[in-house]
Amino acid sequence: MDDFKPQIVAFCCTNCASSAAKVSHGMKKALPDNVKIIQVPCTGRIETLHLLKPFEEGADGVYVAGCQADSCQYIGGITKAAKRVAQVKGILEGLSIEPERIDVFHLSAGKGQEFVEVADRMVNTVKGLGPVLTAPNRN
Amino acid sequence: MSEHKAGSNLEKVLSAGHFAFTGECGPPQGANVPHLIEKANHLKGVVDAVNVTDNQTAVVRMSSWAASLILLEQGLEPNFQMVCRDRNRLAIQSDILGVYAMGIRNMLCLSGDHQSFGNHPESKNVFDIDSMQLIHTVKTMRDEGKFLNGSDVDVAPKLFIGAACNPFAEPFDFRVYRLAKKISAGADFVQTQCIYNMDKFREFMKRAVDMGLHEKCYILAGVTPMKSVGMALYMSKQVPGMDVPQALVKRLRGAGKGKAAEEGIKFALEQIEEFKEMEGVAGVHLMAIEWEHKVPEIAERAGVLPRPVV
Amino acid sequence: MIVAESKPIKELLEMVKGFKKILVVGCKGCVTVCNVGGAKEVAILASTIRISGKKEGLDLVVGEHTLERQCDPEYIDELKDIIGDYDAVISIACGVGPQFISERYPATKVFPGVNTKFMGGAVEHGVWSERCAGCGTCVVHLFGGLCPIARCSKSLLNGPCGGSSNGKCEISSDVECIWDTIVLKMMEQDRLDELMEFRPPKSWTTARDGGPRKMIREELVK
Ligand code: SF4
Ligand code: SF4
Repeated sequence: MDDFKPQIVAFCCTNCASSAAKVSHGMKKALPDNVKIIQVPCTGRIETLHLLKPFEEGADGVYVAGCQADSCQYIGGITKAAKRVAQVKGILEGLSIEPERIDVFHLSAGKGQEFVEVADRMVNTVKGLGPVLTAPNRN
Repeated sequence: MSEHKAGSNLEKVLSAGHFAFTGECGPPQGANVPHLIEKANHLKGVVDAVNVTDNQTAVVRMSSWAASLILLEQGLEPNFQMVCRDRNRLAIQSDILGVYAMGIRNMLCLSGDHQSFGNHPESKNVFDIDSMQLIHTVKTMRDEGKFLNGSDVDVAPKLFIGAACNPFAEPFDFRVYRLAKKISAGADFVQTQCIYNMDKFREFMKRAVDMGLHEKCYILAGVTPMKSVGMALYMSKQVPGMDVPQALVKRLRGAGKGKAAEEGIKFALEQIEEFKEMEGVAGVHLMAIEWEHKVPEIAERAGVLPRPVV
Repeated sequence: MIVAESKPIKELLEMVKGFKKILVVGCKGCVTVCNVGGAKEVAILASTIRISGKKEGLDLVVGEHTLERQCDPEYIDELKDIIGDYDAVISIACGVGPQFISERYPATKVFPGVNTKFMGGAVEHGVWSERCAGCGTCVVHLFGGLCPIARCSKSLLNGPCGGSSNGKCEISSDVECIWDTIVLKMMEQDRLDELMEFRPPKSWTTARDGGPRKMIREELVK
């Protein structure tokens, strides 16, 4: 499993996570290249379907990085996202897929290091779980 | 005699003006007749009638009519209980005829605890009619000789009709009206929920007397002696519609280890003493749950023995 | 509206196990309003099934279609050109939907994707509550405009059972005792006399107890 490189999709809100990303660039702390970032204006706009689609397309993990619950610019955006993440966790469980493959993280703007740490953490978690596909392709 | 509606022992005791004393006996969770007889025999000669519960708390037990008949055979007078939860109006009316045919003369009409409390929460509930309508059904069958559909009953069931009454349920202001409604529906006697909050009950009785309800119906005050502090806590928290004042819990606690049961009995005896004098109270209904063997002692100490022979 | 909830995904997958081509059909009526069976939920369910296919290494074809209403043959007809491409149909409308589809397309295997719960409405965002049991003879005017048949756990018509506490039903502190509310409201409106009136046993002939129901409006029949 050592050569397994999980594909991760991260949804980040422009306000917090993206500014953090800039900081991390400045600090030359590289983001793992298997984490694909999708920027959204606010995490509150992420629908359940958006969170499922990456799995359908072959992703091994998905996460949402947004503001602290009390500092969301659009009031409650990240809280909404957290509820949807919880819903998708439930769906994954129903499919006997580890719910740890999806998560939500609260970052503070300006903390680039945190942003990279979260990405690393997710990569490691999902790496430990292995690929989603458990059965050999039966087609 | 002819002025009696049913001529049961309970009715005769009450109509003669005696202070009634009734007991309770839950049928077994099985067909254990000897056990039922043993429990019932503690009450023999000690109470005027024995309530036989109907799948109480929605737990399946021997049917109340069958257990009532066993008591009847043992020389006790049953007060047959029926709940609306488990039967539709066809079964209700046929059971009313059946129990009367077999010699049962008292019937207590109840809605019944919801089945979600019991051991078959998956079951479908019936509640085709409610307790008020059940009271009225028995009365109509008895006094007018009519079934619910208006057709004639061939030999009417002469039953003494009982109802339950919870003076402590909310909203309190409505309780006495609810009792009035049961009386106009046809209740001859009511047995109240276990009383612990005496202040509230005094207020309730005052209102009932003001409305003259005690003249239209015999009101029996419900008493259940507390066996332990744990029981008091359980009753106050888990049993719907029960009002257990903290002072009573404190009193039981204060009695010290191993003495709570005696304190519980003492409280019950004080209550009975007060009920004997309370205007509008026609008797006591003693529900000594799984404590039947204590009933003779309690009756003795309460000074209600021997029971009148009428 | 009719309120429904999604079936657990495990149960659904078990139902359609072995089918390779599955059509998920939604409805723009009540189930869209209660967020369980509209186009959005069709997409979520279809995606979920596809993910499960991926996981199991199965090449599932999952189609999506949402009809205007599933309780109208006119709209059910819309499926006629596509339904033949699928081995199984999951309807996420209320229980009427899968039946109308089954009746219209006798060769198709139809599965219910939701559990139809009750007639009610949203009392707050994300919370629905029962209001009507469809007894067929409405009498809410007798009870301050509130229905004890649907909302009292024992469907009592002559007052509360005496088991309520703090306005909650004896069966659970999550359930309102509607009789508590009725009594307080009627006393507030000075209508105690109406509550004191004896309500005789109700005729359930117009309810489900009278057998499956049908309604014919002659003036509308073509
Ligand atoms: S009375 Fe009947 S029709 Fe009216 S709300 Fe209640 S159940 Fe529905
Ligand atoms: S507590 Fe209220 S709602 Fe519940 S069964 Fe009794 S009267 Fe009905």
